[in-house]
Amino acid sequence: MATKTIRKLLLGAALTAAFLFPVARANDDTSVSLCDGQSVMTIPGLKAGEVLTPERARTVAAEMLQVWSKSAGEERWASWKAEAASARPEPAPVAAPGPQTPPAAAAPGQPTKFTKRDLQLWGREEKKWIEDGYKAYHNAKALGGTIGISCDMCHPDGSNTHPETYPKYQQQLKKVALLRDMINWCIENPLKGKPLAENDPTLRAVEAYILSTRKGVALEAGKH
Amino acid sequence: MKKDRFEKYLDDRDAYFGRVARLGRRDFITAAGLAAAGAAATGKLLPHSFQPVDVVRADGPSFRFAYISDSHLYEKTLNERFVRAILKAVDDVNAMNPQPDFVLYGGDLAQLGQPGELGEGAQILKALKAKTYMMVGEHDWYLDMGEKWRSLFGKDTYSFDHKGVHFVVLNSVIVEDYWTGPGLTPMQRMQAMAQLDNPNGRPFTVGAAQRDWLGSDLAKVKPETPVIVFSHSPLYKIYKNWNFWTDDAEQVQTILQPFKNVTVIHGHTHQMLSNRIGNIHFHGMLSTAWPWPYAPQGLPKLTVRMNRADPFDEFDGCGDGFVDVLSAGHVDKQYNLWSRNPVKVSAAYLGSDGAADRPATETDVNY
Repeated sequence: MATKTIRKLLLGAALTAAFLFPVARANDDTSVSLCDGQSVMTIPGLKAGEVLTPERARTVAAEMLQVWSKSAGEERWASWKAEAASARPEPAPVAAPGPQTPPAAAAPGQPTKFTKRDLQLWGREEKKWIEDGYKAYHNAKALGGTIGISCDMCHPDGSNTHPETYPKYQQQLKKVALLRDMINWCIENPLKGKPLAENDPTLRAVEAYILSTRKGVALEAGKH
Repeated sequence: MKKDRFEKYLDDRDAYFGRVARLGRRDFITAAGLAAAGAAATGKLLPHSFQPVDVVRADGPSFRFAYISDSHLYEKTLNERFVRAILKAVDDVNAMNPQPDFVLYGGDLAQLGQPGELGEGAQILKALKAKTYMMVGEHDWYLDMGEKWRSLFGKDTYSFDHKGVHFVVLNSVIVEDYWTGPGLTPMQRMQAMAQLDNPNGRPFTVGAAQRDWLGSDLAKVKPETPVIVFSHSPLYKIYKNWNFWTDDAEQVQTILQPFKNVTVIHGHTHQMLSNRIGNIHFHGMLSTAWPWPYAPQGLPKLTVRMNRADPFDEFDGCGDGFVDVLSAGHVDKQYNLWSRNPVKVSAAYLGSDGAADRPATETDVNY
């Protein structure tokens, strides 16, 4: 499966030249560096702006694959192959809505289009988001704080932030608040910074970190 | 041009420090008074009395000392909030009548061990009318391994006798070296130690050298002499991840075992915290700067928790307090919570394992 994916990728790249970075040109030859950032190969007779025919592109993609696997790719290639071999389809975690297979057929082991690698990829992305939040949470300046106070000073490990209790009527604010409203309140008051926009990536990352510390805790919206 | 909220705040802060700088030591308390008055004017501060309620009892107080702890001062160019708070505590203690026999400072005077932070703290504490005993915390220590702190306040481990009670002050924030290997700079080491929830931290210890010292110091003390130990971290184990913990606590407790009445008073935890292990009563101290949440595990059953602090009141959950040393040897410990009723945790309560004299718990949740 991984081999197939790489082939497709390289073919696409060769066709559109989107992944190819021309590095040198002599006569009508074009030297390109591959997306690994290291391997370089030459496409003879390729002029500037010229689009390869599908047949030619297939040949070029195959050559590129060889160049790549001969260089830095060898090791990763082997690990990807091993990973693909060990990947078993995961049981579907939730039934999709709509008139589908009856529940009896949804036994463990039912094929799904998602693989372990998909899950790993998603996990990595999620982890990065949470880690960005962790950094801002533990840095007095990252949230625009001006007096040396950071979130963790009052809320170690996200404690006493109780994100699972929002939305709730925050009596001190005299209105219903979401977790992000309280993060912004803290930025403005104890941290003496300026509140962040709703779509600010740092605000969203801090929210993600705080929520991650309460994973598995039951929601109790409106709890005091 | 109209100033925004933060610019106005900076103006206020400059004006405040300007007043503090102009005041001599004699008038210093007025500055603290101004801080309190300012807060009261905003309606955020309940007026309270720091004066003790006299209780007539057979096992009466022999003497009283006060405490201030965990002020976490930044240099004043950065932050005045924590300065206001320690000034408020100094004001409280100076207003006590009669004056306490002495004041214990419970550690973490500075936030990042900077000479400017420690110097600022030392200058503020000079305004105390009563004699002050100093204890060190990890925030004071790990920038220069205590060099500046010792130059200002002297030894970090010592003992003294007062009215028939033997007092011991320990440095309980010793951790094994985890900075030389990765080549951390002094500031990186300080910041690592200053992060309570640092997953790469190391547990606090008293350490073999101080345990040996403690053993020999106590060798000349009679078993019936009351012993009161000051340590920054609790000398028992609550929650390792936040260093609400001393790794060699059991070994220290064993050294204290031969004495009939032992009390340990600790800082670091910024909350009401009570425990008893055999002959040893344990009491936490409040922080002037901010309250910590209770740890997710390890809370002793004798602890009467304080309510969650109201973040909209910068003094809620903070405070100072005093200790009445009873003629029988143990102590009644008073938590002077600035925005709440004071709470006393008595020797009778801990001595009876919670059967008698249970402290009042707050039922009115004020946030």
